[in-house]
Amino acid sequence: MKIRNSALAGIALAATAALGLTACGGGTPAGDSSSSAASNGGGSDGITVYNAQHESLTKEWVDAFTAETGIKVTMRQGSDTELSNQIIQEGQASPADVFLTENSPAMTQVENAGLFADVDKDTLAQVPAEFAPSTGKWTGIAARSTVLVYNKTKLTEDQLPKSMLDLANPEWKGKWAASPTGADFQAIVSALLELKGEAATGEWLKGMKENSKAYKGNSTAMKAVNAGEVDAALIYHYYYYGDQAKTGENSSNVTPYYFKNQDPGAFLSVSGAGVLKSSKNAAAAQQFLKFITGKKGQEVLKNGTSFEYAIGSEVPANDKLVPIKDLQAPKVDAAKLNSEKVTDLMTQAGLL
Amino acid sequence: MTTDLSAPARRSTTTAGRGNSPRPPFGVSAVSVLAVLIALFSLVPLGYVAYMTVATGWDTAVGLILRPRVGELLLNTLLLMAATIPLCLLLGVAGAWLVERTKVRGHRVWAVLLAAPLAVPAFVNSYAWVTAIPSLGGLGSGILISTLSYFPLVYIPAAATLSRLDPAIEQSAAALGLGAWRTFFRVVLPQLRIAMTGGALLVGLHLLAEYGAFAMIRFDTFTTAIMTQYQSTFNGAAGNMLASVLVLFCLLLLLAEVRSRGTARYARIGSGVQGKALRLPLHAYQWPAQLFLLALTALAFGLPLVYVIRWILAGGADIWTASEFLPALLTTFSYGLAGAAATTVVAFPMAYLAVRHPGWFSKSLELSNYVTSSMPGIVVALAFVTVSIRLVPGVYQTAGLLVAAYVLLFIPRALVNLRAGLAQAPKELDEAAQALGKPPLLAFIRVTLRLTAPAAAGGAALVFLAIANELTATLLLSPNGTRTLATEFWSKSSEIDYAGAAPYALLMILLSAPMTYLLFQQSKKVAGQ
Repeated sequence: MKIRNSALAGIALAATAALGLTACGGGTPAGDSSSSAASNGGGSDGITVYNAQHESLTKEWVDAFTAETGIKVTMRQGSDTELSNQIIQEGQASPADVFLTENSPAMTQVENAGLFADVDKDTLAQVPAEFAPSTGKWTGIAARSTVLVYNKTKLTEDQLPKSMLDLANPEWKGKWAASPTGADFQAIVSALLELKGEAATGEWLKGMKENSKAYKGNSTAMKAVNAGEVDAALIYHYYYYGDQAKTGENSSNVTPYYFKNQDPGAFLSVSGAGVLKSSKNAAAAQQFLKFITGKKGQEVLKNGTSFEYAIGSEVPANDKLVPIKDLQAPKVDAAKLNSEKVTDLMTQAGLL
Repeated sequence: MTTDLSAPARRSTTTAGRGNSPRPPFGVSAVSVLAVLIALFSLVPLGYVAYMTVATGWDTAVGLILRPRVGELLLNTLLLMAATIPLCLLLGVAGAWLVERTKVRGHRVWAVLLAAPLAVPAFVNSYAWVTAIPSLGGLGSGILISTLSYFPLVYIPAAATLSRLDPAIEQSAAALGLGAWRTFFRVVLPQLRIAMTGGALLVGLHLLAEYGAFAMIRFDTFTTAIMTQYQSTFNGAAGNMLASVLVLFCLLLLLAEVRSRGTARYARIGSGVQGKALRLPLHAYQWPAQLFLLALTALAFGLPLVYVIRWILAGGADIWTASEFLPALLTTFSYGLAGAAATTVVAFPMAYLAVRHPGWFSKSLELSNYVTSSMPGIVVALAFVTVSIRLVPGVYQTAGLLVAAYVLLFIPRALVNLRAGLAQAPKELDEAAQALGKPPLLAFIRVTLRLTAPAAAGGAALVFLAIANELTATLLLSPNGTRTLATEFWSKSSEIDYAGAAPYALLMILLSAPMTYLLFQQSKKVAGQ
């Protein structure tokens, strides 16, 4: 009987170990949270960046930053709204120190949830006011322009739409593409929503559901234009320049067309960065923001392969790009862009 | 995603464990408690989906489910299954019959080659096909790619069953005047029922769960749409409602499989040694048969391999940035090992109960595991993310939570193998060891555990294979900074950096190939019991 008891105990022990492994010590959350925070780089040895920017661009920033300061950076990759909603769900327990996005609506969402700390004054001083919200809770770090890339063997210049809104008209049925699941596209819709209101946006999205083909990712959409699967695609400018700078194999038949005239389709979207209130390493996190909006960080945009617009520290845009002042972008207050409403409208239109 | 490839093993294992053992090696009650705990844990995702559906509120839920978009997804998913499952059955059974029961030349080589496509993850297959035909997209392409990726799930059990089928029945049929074709349809095919329903279930579950392969060719199913919703809202009501419809689909599939499996007895009755199956001469059909096998292998295995290698050659030395792919390889290895070990340990109490104490109790425990593992990785991951943030924030984004998800997703792979192994270890040996004076636990370890080891290793290998190619749960649950072969491949190929993605694709195929071969061998042994 004694032996049997010890056998029981042994099995129980083994099983506890197994369950412990699966639940990862679910019974001791306190002990675990400290260890997980450490392993996530939330301790004093580094910062964790929730990154919705292109991985390659942020990696350039991170490598340069770590080289200069010795501060280790851990990245978690995701899309704008995935990560913003994740940060909101995580609340005070969030392992993130810094949040970087491609577009501003997700920044506004986190700001509205009250989770951002104030950005350091030195950092804000490096960025012109039009590229940062008046609240100072986050800052712009780069910008990207909306553009219609079209296949020059299939469309001539006089066939191009005057406005982005024309793409909802029947003559464009089956002719254009976009990546509706991406944050880029959703930011364009949020600008449309801010400029033209909910009813017009809903109508336009319905037309889009009728007319457009959905691709996963802007590069893929451009590749489809290049291959002649569709005539045109509504994307951001730098996918074209990036491909041209490489092999050009996905853009050799493609030309970018800028709507200009303050059209919703000329929207200039601001990429944002902010420091979380819950950050356990706020000083290093602020330092990172200061670095990317500073001269060295912005020169990564000017000289690197991302082809996004530099906006801070008076660093000019990459020579190959149309200068920002020539884009005739509509005036949109970044702090007013609403991603939740956009997702709802897109879900209603059957695009999501 | 389950891989209950050795479905026939289910019925062959239930005869051990009858009779009363005077001294069980350890308390059955303790094992039962453990098994119940594991089963309860495995119901977390199902409970989550049910809870979210209720919490959303009836009106909102109905509004989100009864909208045109869901109708589109429903149609897409149904058409995909309606076309792909029969095609997989056709190709799988035809292939199995050719290599096992006809005088097709080179049948040994073909037998292995037809299983080989299983080593190519479906999203790698998709990537190769998109390279070959860039305009691929929509339902037709979805059917093409999933058929080529999943027909081995039918082929492997069908070939295993055919290779062990008692030829006496066929000979009787022939003696009674049935021709070759009628013998096949009236005698052979019915015997394949378990292999076919089991295989069809697996294909169906894979179709419901697949994300990467369909996302790459712009074909929307429930799983791709849930992923899209997740990326837009993280944990929005719309995504959860889609998940509840998907779970319903999975349950219906499980039910359909149980119904169509039937209750007939398939084991051989009678004494004496089973005769060796006769191979049918093909005569004029030899060349068409060779052409069929060649075309199938070329499209399902040759094409992806050729295009992966082409991208690797096109990328040159630059794409082999060791600083990136070595950590990914190492991470994939560690998760594969940890997940395989944990799954095998967790599956053990369940398998033990099923073999040594069969009954409604062990059956229902097992069923709860099948239900969970039939859910796509995205649903399980969503449940884990939400539950852990709200209830146990300490485990959120830890390696342990990811491993726990792997355990739930892949437990049947370990379970099926363990059961077969335990069934082969007669408990009389255990009792004999005890009678000779060994204490029960020692007897259990020395005898039963040792005899079960090969089967456990086989099961663990299968779990390892599944984890190495897993994408959605890994994307959602992994700790910050984690990179696996699958996630790296996905991020590179999404950016249409096809050359950069190629090394990861090749490494996944190389890791999977030996596991696939092991699976192929194991299934034949299991069918032979």
